[in-house]
Amino acid sequence: MRGATEPLLRVEGLTVNYPGGRAGWLGRERLLVHAVDDVSFTISQGETLGLVGETGSGKTTTGRAVLRRVPLTSGRIWFDGHDITEIGGRELRRLRARMQLVFQDPYASLNPRMTVGDIVAEPLVVHHAVQGRHELRERVRELLRLVGLPPDAASRYPMAFSGGQRQRIGIARALALRPDLVVADEPVSALDVSIRAQVVNLMQDLQEQLGLAYLFIAHDLAVVRHISHRVAIMYAGRIVELAGRDDIYERPLHPYTRALLSAVPIPDPATQRERRRVVLRGEIPSPIRPPAGCRFHTRCPLAEARCRVERPPLVERHPGHRVACWLA
Amino acid sequence: MSPLLEVRDLEVHFLTPGGTVQAVRGVTFHIDQGESVALVGESGSGKSVTAQAIMGLVELPGHVVAGEVIWKGRPLSAAGRGEVARIRGRELAIVFQDPMTSLNPLLTIGVQITEVLRRHLRLGRRQAAQRALELLDLVGVSSPRQRLRQRPHELSGGMRQRVLIAIALACEPDLLIADEPTTALDVTIQAQILELLRDLRERLGLSLLLITHDLGVVAGTCDRILVMYAGRLAEAGTADEVFARPAHPYTVGLLRSTPRVDVVHPRLIAIEGSPPDLSAPPPGCAFHPRCPVATARCRREPPVLTPLGGREVACWNAFAASGVEATATSHEEVGR
Repeated sequence: MRGATEPLLRVEGLTVNYPGGRAGWLGRERLLVHAVDDVSFTISQGETLGLVGETGSGKTTTGRAVLRRVPLTSGRIWFDGHDITEIGGRELRRLRARMQLVFQDPYASLNPRMTVGDIVAEPLVVHHAVQGRHELRERVRELLRLVGLPPDAASRYPMAFSGGQRQRIGIARALALRPDLVVADEPVSALDVSIRAQVVNLMQDLQEQLGLAYLFIAHDLAVVRHISHRVAIMYAGRIVELAGRDDIYERPLHPYTRALLSAVPIPDPATQRERRRVVLRGEIPSPIRPPAGCRFHTRCPLAEARCRVERPPLVERHPGHRVACWLA
Repeated sequence: MSPLLEVRDLEVHFLTPGGTVQAVRGVTFHIDQGESVALVGESGSGKSVTAQAIMGLVELPGHVVAGEVIWKGRPLSAAGRGEVARIRGRELAIVFQDPMTSLNPLLTIGVQITEVLRRHLRLGRRQAAQRALELLDLVGVSSPRQRLRQRPHELSGGMRQRVLIAIALACEPDLLIADEPTTALDVTIQAQILELLRDLRERLGLSLLLITHDLGVVAGTCDRILVMYAGRLAEAGTADEVFARPAHPYTVGLLRSTPRVDVVHPRLIAIEGSPPDLSAPPPGCAFHPRCPVATARCRREPPVLTPLGGREVACWNAFAASGVEATATSHEEVGR
């Protein structure tokens, strides 16, 4: 069991490589996709950790790995004091029930042939979490109310709902087993602005009511600032900076974090004109042959010889503010 | 002088088995020479269909049922078919959101650029190849000679979008319509493309119609903004005016529900409900079911776009929902 100071989730040295096809003469070279490389972080009960990165940063793989939905190459994950990298079978299933996933696409992640009631009830049935039909119906009704859907939603099909309402259905399903941790992978990025705000507010209300912890994976830095307590910035499979929300947004140390923040357009023409922008040249590196040393060195405006050779470790510069950069 | 482009009372319907969807319900606006105008709205607002109608690209079951597109003072309906094709092929150009599906995956970049040059400008093979290199260079594609021999899948999303912009610029158009050009791109790549668009406007004197849902993208790129809701224009004015003092309750709601990266928000103020079904749009103002300041009149009479305080607004209670000062002070401003 977890001690008083032990976080709800602790991830250490998480590394995930995928086979990436073959190359070379007669395909003798096996390629590896280095999706996540030595990633460590913690999440406390009731806390939101924002995990931000661009395409290929490894943020989605990190979220899946935490739920053990992809095989780990190395690293350890403790959930509520249990090392979930070592266990399997029934024990893993029991712990997994307490960690749920909310998907990005509310259109693709709901079975169109099931009623909303059955979709929300499914985890309860699979995990034998309720006794009898009556309790099941009651619990589904309660979940729908919790996420702000009308009770008659239970008998309808996902097709009948808008994007924002479908995301509410996805959230109701994720909450069915009363999880402690919800991994939300781009939960609002497919939604329109006015609807996005509704879902963000719902997630914050649920966190307050139920004491949920969120791993909130997103590329939208404005939404992440709004919802997170702490933020981790990923680049090419590694965390380059990890700190409290205000430290990341007001006192960013890593050149990538700075460039990323300055690239986010602000809906205010006057502010937008006055801002100094760091426009990064070049492209996000290939995860098959990531650059040596600091993976950001190929685009970094400050890079020196050392950055091309030696990997900078993620070290604590100020209390609670970690950064992986030789020059920060 | 007449504006470069005028759209008058445009109406587009989609005839579906579920009924007639009134995607665009009477839209009127203009773009002056050298201007950069944003057409902003959420999904289903009709912004992309408006662009398609200008380009003559509305696909079945869609029909332009009313309205007029006027190019350099001349209605397209008055021009011959050949003339219209020439205008839409050479003087107007469009780039779409998804650079992967807009390019032919089987053909090299070189073939796809030179095809346009040879067809519309009647350039010879060698001239076209030379011009293709210049175009790729213009839009900041690295090692252009090598790119000409590559196929779309060999390029990154940002590079593909640059290639599409190069193709769009091939005939030196007067107006570039960009339909969500950066929505599929990462934020650092988006910044590169927006910078490219600004730069091209300056260097080529290009006019721009930018179609987007992202108010942030508008703020740094456009002079004027047209806000669309449920197939109609809700508000139109200079970007500075509209962002600083939005008049339409929908614009107010949109700005309030958009989190800002430079500000800590106590709580987002969402617009309740969802956009109406345009096969049966609500009577009166289409926004009234979601509007915090709607009155009996709003439920009855559709408001028309009317000049007011330096911009145009379609609202019976313009500025009633604004209270911009209140929200500005409740946000803790953090300068960067």
